[in-house]
Amino acid sequence: MTPTTEAELAEVIAAADGPLRIVGGGTRDIGALVDAAPLSTRGLTGITLYEPGALTLVARAGTPLADIEALLAAEGQRLAFEPGDMRDLLGTEGTSTIGGVIATNASGPRRIQVGAARDFCLGVRFVDGQGQVLKNGGRVMKNVTGYDLVKLMTGSWGTLGVLTEVSLKVLAIPETEATLVCDDESAETAVASMAAALGSPFDVTGAAMMNGQTMIRVEGLAQSVAYRARALQQGVLQGFDIVEGDASAKLWRDLRDVAPFAGKEGAVWRISVKPSDGPALVRELGALSPEAIFDWGGGLIWLRVADEGDAGAKLIRDDLAHIGGHATLVRASAATRTAVPVFHPDPAPLAKLSKGLRAKFDPRGILNPGLMGA
Amino acid sequence: MQMPTPDAAILARKDHIVTRLQAVLPDGAVVHDPFETRAYECDALTAYKCPPLCVVLPGSTAEVSAVMRVCHEEGVPVVPRGAGTSLAGGALPTADSVILGVARLNGVLETDFANRIIRVQSGRTNLSVTGAVEEEGFFYAPDPSSQLACAIAGNIAMNSGGAHCLKYGVTTNNLMGVTMVMADGEVVEIGGSHLDAGGLDLLGLICGSEGQLGIVTEATLRILAKPEGARPVLVGFDSNEVAGACVSDIIKSGILPVAIEFMDRPCIRATEAFAGAGYPDCEALLIIEVEGSDAEIDDQLSRITQIARTHNPVELRESTSAEESAKIWLGRKSAFGAMGQINDYMCLDGTIPVSELPLVLRRIGEMSKEYGLDVGNVFHAGDGNMHPLILFDANKPGDLEKCEAFGADILKLCVEVGGCLTGEHGVGVEKRDLMVSQYNQNDLEIQLAVKDVFDPNWLLNPAKVFPLSSTETRRAS
Repeated sequence: MTPTTEAELAEVIAAADGPLRIVGGGTRDIGALVDAAPLSTRGLTGITLYEPGALTLVARAGTPLADIEALLAAEGQRLAFEPGDMRDLLGTEGTSTIGGVIATNASGPRRIQVGAARDFCLGVRFVDGQGQVLKNGGRVMKNVTGYDLVKLMTGSWGTLGVLTEVSLKVLAIPETEATLVCDDESAETAVASMAAALGSPFDVTGAAMMNGQTMIRVEGLAQSVAYRARALQQGVLQGFDIVEGDASAKLWRDLRDVAPFAGKEGAVWRISVKPSDGPALVRELGALSPEAIFDWGGGLIWLRVADEGDAGAKLIRDDLAHIGGHATLVRASAATRTAVPVFHPDPAPLAKLSKGLRAKFDPRGILNPGLMGA
Repeated sequence: MQMPTPDAAILARKDHIVTRLQAVLPDGAVVHDPFETRAYECDALTAYKCPPLCVVLPGSTAEVSAVMRVCHEEGVPVVPRGAGTSLAGGALPTADSVILGVARLNGVLETDFANRIIRVQSGRTNLSVTGAVEEEGFFYAPDPSSQLACAIAGNIAMNSGGAHCLKYGVTTNNLMGVTMVMADGEVVEIGGSHLDAGGLDLLGLICGSEGQLGIVTEATLRILAKPEGARPVLVGFDSNEVAGACVSDIIKSGILPVAIEFMDRPCIRATEAFAGAGYPDCEALLIIEVEGSDAEIDDQLSRITQIARTHNPVELRESTSAEESAKIWLGRKSAFGAMGQINDYMCLDGTIPVSELPLVLRRIGEMSKEYGLDVGNVFHAGDGNMHPLILFDANKPGDLEKCEAFGADILKLCVEVGGCLTGEHGVGVEKRDLMVSQYNQNDLEIQLAVKDVFDPNWLLNPAKVFPLSSTETRRAS
């Protein structure tokens, strides 16, 4: 089913007599498998408002991300939270939609500095599990009118409602960028370098380690980027080389899309921890022979392990129970995804709250049932 | 302002409830003498007052939990209170409620510069969070005007902003985790030292929920490295439209100032008389601040002044020193005090799309004449968060009511043009009844359903945020 209006979508949900699998572009096929009739948002397209001077854009959920990015680029603007293209990593096809980006809180390397998709989503319209059209937030940057259901809906993976329209804050594309790189650091020293750079006044917008290379990004006006890159190089990042322009951009695009793991076998985890805990966690998981990419100053770990047994779920989550954080199994075989909770199980009191919220938003339990776990 | 009729049965049990609360708290942590509870009868929305049943001042999460268990068992409403600086009446008590003040929860639990976080107890004041990290070159970004006094607990409850959130975001963008006591006393941890949620974003839901979903006792906050420097430029215009267009052009140019503040003529005149900052006597004035090294600041300010010049400003004053910066900010920072010198005032907080600025200012001017009440506008122009200050005389019968009606009309206008009722102050009691102008019954019902999940008995700050008629049956149950 591919309704073309919000009202039609609401009717479909109201009339549904069984579970529905909510799909946008289908490029972020993550989560427990949902055996249900697909309901697509791809028919709800169109950018309904764009005010570059107010840094705001409103689009229907099924609008291709690429269309939005192209329109923004024409005005020198972009989605600053850097949503990734997961197709190569996950082996999916299709066209990412803005609704999918928001429903999955898809956020890239710049999250460490500017925020995640949840921080750029200003308002949502959605249809709940009973077919009611609801709205929350709006299209202004500061809004504390009532509860912030925008945050709740962002990253709810279609389990609370089906997004029909989202309002976003956008930002200017900086004049230029540069990346400071270093090839001979251990994970520990790399994370220490990242912490030093992020703790400097030089407005670092990316701090990562990929393919054994530490990468620190600065963006902005040309003169300012040159100044800050030099200041870092002469200060906390001595011995680092400077990569500029397209070469710099490619590094971050590859990181954003987890390119080093695309086309390689195995299960892939996305783990969020306190940055300084990252290297030790990976070392403790040595039994899994993992390959790791560190983003977010060390706090986001993309971990590739053999897709065998529980793909390391117990080991990883037992460790996280001690140090805090969460792990999502973003890529694995259907069998593993069925056997292992893909999303990090919440502690009991929070699981109870989440379950309670789902029961209110979707009392019949028909929207992506089980996708995020119980 | 209508508040629910106090529950006579609770009032009658006051001694019993006080005794039970005293049993779980240290000496002096329960304030019940009617003379002393008067200190808690209102917050910064002083037009409405009501002493609470009693006040508790717990000193730990465990004590908050014990208080909540007692109140849950006794069926007593609890009104959480940070520092009592709410302009929306968020901490206004009812006679049958217990005020839970977090003032004694003011410690720093952990600072972690490598991970750029600080963990504090929620009663700590906003400015003293920065105070705890500034020696190491860090700061906590959200900066509400009341930051010297306001508590992190209240910042989280209202999702507070400030002048610098154009670049750094508001509280929700800088909050990483909370320890929260639920209505029944259960203690939960949400988020922590890592980013984002593994499941549903409950933290995002808690922030801005006005103390209706739980009592936040501890918070993990993101701290940022202080920029090398900051300097403003002041630009005066002879029309609001042109000033608005200038704001839009600056933003479109790709420069992201940390702050763009706007003042209109009535406000400029009042602050000039009060503070003597040397502002030009013009229709509209912008203060635009940028950050970085000296050279970076020069570069950005020269781009901004270039844009401003295309709009024929009547005055353009670029700061070249800390002294000049302080002088430029002096008027803006004294604006509220200056307006308060003239008369009592009500401070509004609607947000509008930046493009609607000229229209909204014109309409406010027209309404000001219709109502016969003066109004000055001072606000965060970069993000459209307006703070119209309506002047009235509290001692003149009918003036407050007239002022409230005028304020309501302005806020409805904000919603009509695509904005919202409140950008950073919260709904509280002040804008409760206007919620229906922004949200329809279903939009409100789903929010009430969220509260049902967290606080099934509706004991946490129950008479706030939503129109009383829409919550009546829930509060009664």
